[in-house]
Amino acid sequence: MSLELKNVRKNYREPNGHDLPVLDIPHFKLETGEQAALVGSSGGGKTTLLNVISGITKPDSGEVLIDDIEITRLPEAGRDRFRAERIGFVFQTFNLLPAFTAFENVLLGMSFARGKADRSHAKQLLESVGLGHRLTHKPAQLSVGEQQRVAIARSLANRPSLLLADEPTASVDPANQETILKLIGEICREHNVSLLLVTHSPEIATQFDRTIPLQEFNKVLQNV
Amino acid sequence: MNLFTIALKSIRQRLLASSLTALSVALGVALMIAVLIANTVVSKTFDLQGFGYDLIVGPQGSELDLVLNTVYRIAPPIENLPYRYYEELKENKHIGIAVPIALGDSTEQGNFPILGTTVEYFAVEYAQGKKFRTSAEWPNGKWESVIGSSVARENNWKIGDEFKMVHAGQDDHVHDEKFKIVGILEATATPNDRTVFVNLNGFYAIAGHEKPIQEAIDREVEFFGETEAEVRAYHAADLKEMEAHAGHDHSGHDHAHHHDHATPDLQKEVTAILVRMKEDPKNPTLAQSRAIEFSADLKEGFKAQAVNPIRPMQRLMTYLVGNVRLILINLTAIIIVVSGVSIFVSIYNSMSERKREIAIMRALGADRMAVFSIIITESIILCLAGAILGILLGHGLIMFASPILEARTGLSIDPFVFDPMELTIIPVMIGLAALVGFIPGLTAYRTDVAENLSS
Repeated sequence: MSLELKNVRKNYREPNGHDLPVLDIPHFKLETGEQAALVGSSGGGKTTLLNVISGITKPDSGEVLIDDIEITRLPEAGRDRFRAERIGFVFQTFNLLPAFTAFENVLLGMSFARGKADRSHAKQLLESVGLGHRLTHKPAQLSVGEQQRVAIARSLANRPSLLLADEPTASVDPANQETILKLIGEICREHNVSLLLVTHSPEIATQFDRTIPLQEFNKVLQNV
Repeated sequence: MNLFTIALKSIRQRLLASSLTALSVALGVALMIAVLIANTVVSKTFDLQGFGYDLIVGPQGSELDLVLNTVYRIAPPIENLPYRYYEELKENKHIGIAVPIALGDSTEQGNFPILGTTVEYFAVEYAQGKKFRTSAEWPNGKWESVIGSSVARENNWKIGDEFKMVHAGQDDHVHDEKFKIVGILEATATPNDRTVFVNLNGFYAIAGHEKPIQEAIDREVEFFGETEAEVRAYHAADLKEMEAHAGHDHSGHDHAHHHDHATPDLQKEVTAILVRMKEDPKNPTLAQSRAIEFSADLKEGFKAQAVNPIRPMQRLMTYLVGNVRLILINLTAIIIVVSGVSIFVSIYNSMSERKREIAIMRALGADRMAVFSIIITESIILCLAGAILGILLGHGLIMFASPILEARTGLSIDPFVFDPMELTIIPVMIGLAALVGFIPGLTAYRTDVAENLSS
């Protein structure tokens, strides 16, 4: 899976009616199977960038190409379907649904893609993140590190080719950070998934193939 | 995992609130079911289409009172007819069967109505294709009686038991004479189940049931439009015997001895006469037209009326029971709508705390229609669960209340009676669910994913 951004611009409308530029990216490319860490301070537009790439937010202008498919041209439902089937998401706060067990949270990830939920694959994913014995536990019954591992398993439920991770270790204690990062890296390599991870920590960024400082390619930050 | 499972999970997460809202729907539906069943039972009870007689002949007055008294035994008799009139009706060439009915007294225990009649009453079907069956015998003997199934059950009366009757009126006088039970009727699901049938001759032989001679003569003078001499001439034989009996010395022996004599026809009265016209197999409508003719003739002549019992009951159903039913159904419909609003409030209130969940699902690839459908499904599950519970509760309520109602009104109610209108409850509830789930669904549909993921 290759990801390419061309002249992507995104502004937010402020309450006073003025436009606040958040993203201005002339060009960015992530090769198939590549693992890149995007480093930037808070408020630098990292999350907005991930939302634009995943099709949650539409850029004001520019193109987002994933495997040469320009997702910005897809209708909203098409972007949703594309996201369900081709993109995995790991959030800073895990975003597990509290009423669902670990196993059900992974199955939920499969619910919005075409085809039937593959229960054995869901189980396998949880086993691969070391939670084979925690299938029926609800998020509240799991440790913070375990919750993030469930979120990682869920992100891979539909065998995506691109994984987007938004500060995946920010809510995890230092002892578990290393494990989580290693797990994400390994699992992406194992499944040949391209990884774009955003973090504010330069130390974390060094663990991946490529480290990209946000201000290097987001012109909005260069003008600050 | 499909949308239904996701909706179900969401309901389980808010189990208490969900259960309470479903329960409010259930109570509304239960009330509606109760009203529908009660209406079905009342309609069935008052539907006399299969009634075994063409006409009820009784004194002039309210047609409805005559039917309610003769068939349902829930209204006092209007007046009485001379027994001689019954004898004349029997001889009418167009009349096939004429059965005398004498009502007014009740049992000392349980206050069940006592109906004096002849065994012919039991030979006529009580409903279409349904004949009376007794556990032993019919009341052929003067002091014999058969009792309805509910009377036997509630009074715990058996064959061979004896009972006394209470005279109708202010004094509540208990007659000395006793009737012996010789048979118990099989259940008929009609007012017959709550009636005690006694031999008509025994009924007349009870002290105080014979009309005083002069009063009886005056009544016939008025009724038949004859002179007193004519009436006396008609009953000459009876009057002669009565005069002879009046000279007999009663002192020194039992009072009941008097009643060993047959009561003269002059002193007998009936409260109504059940009439079935003669049928002609070649002309099936003949009996009906004869009944109409007979009824019309009667209006012009004697001080009696002949009523086709179907018509007053139909009027009662249409103008009174029908309207009451309409009011009750509308009231319960309002209750159901109010409970639907409670589902709306419950789901709508939960939306603010569920926006993040919805945003997560959207981020995982759920489109707007999927999250909208989850909310609508949730609403449908709650409404349907409430409706099904309500249907069960409604029938349960009737099952619980039916013995009480039967004891108080004499109407037997089958809790498993099904009203076809019940079939409309499920689709109506699905429609209501879609309606009340629409606005919360729209909130889910419009949830801003990026904003709620970062909140």
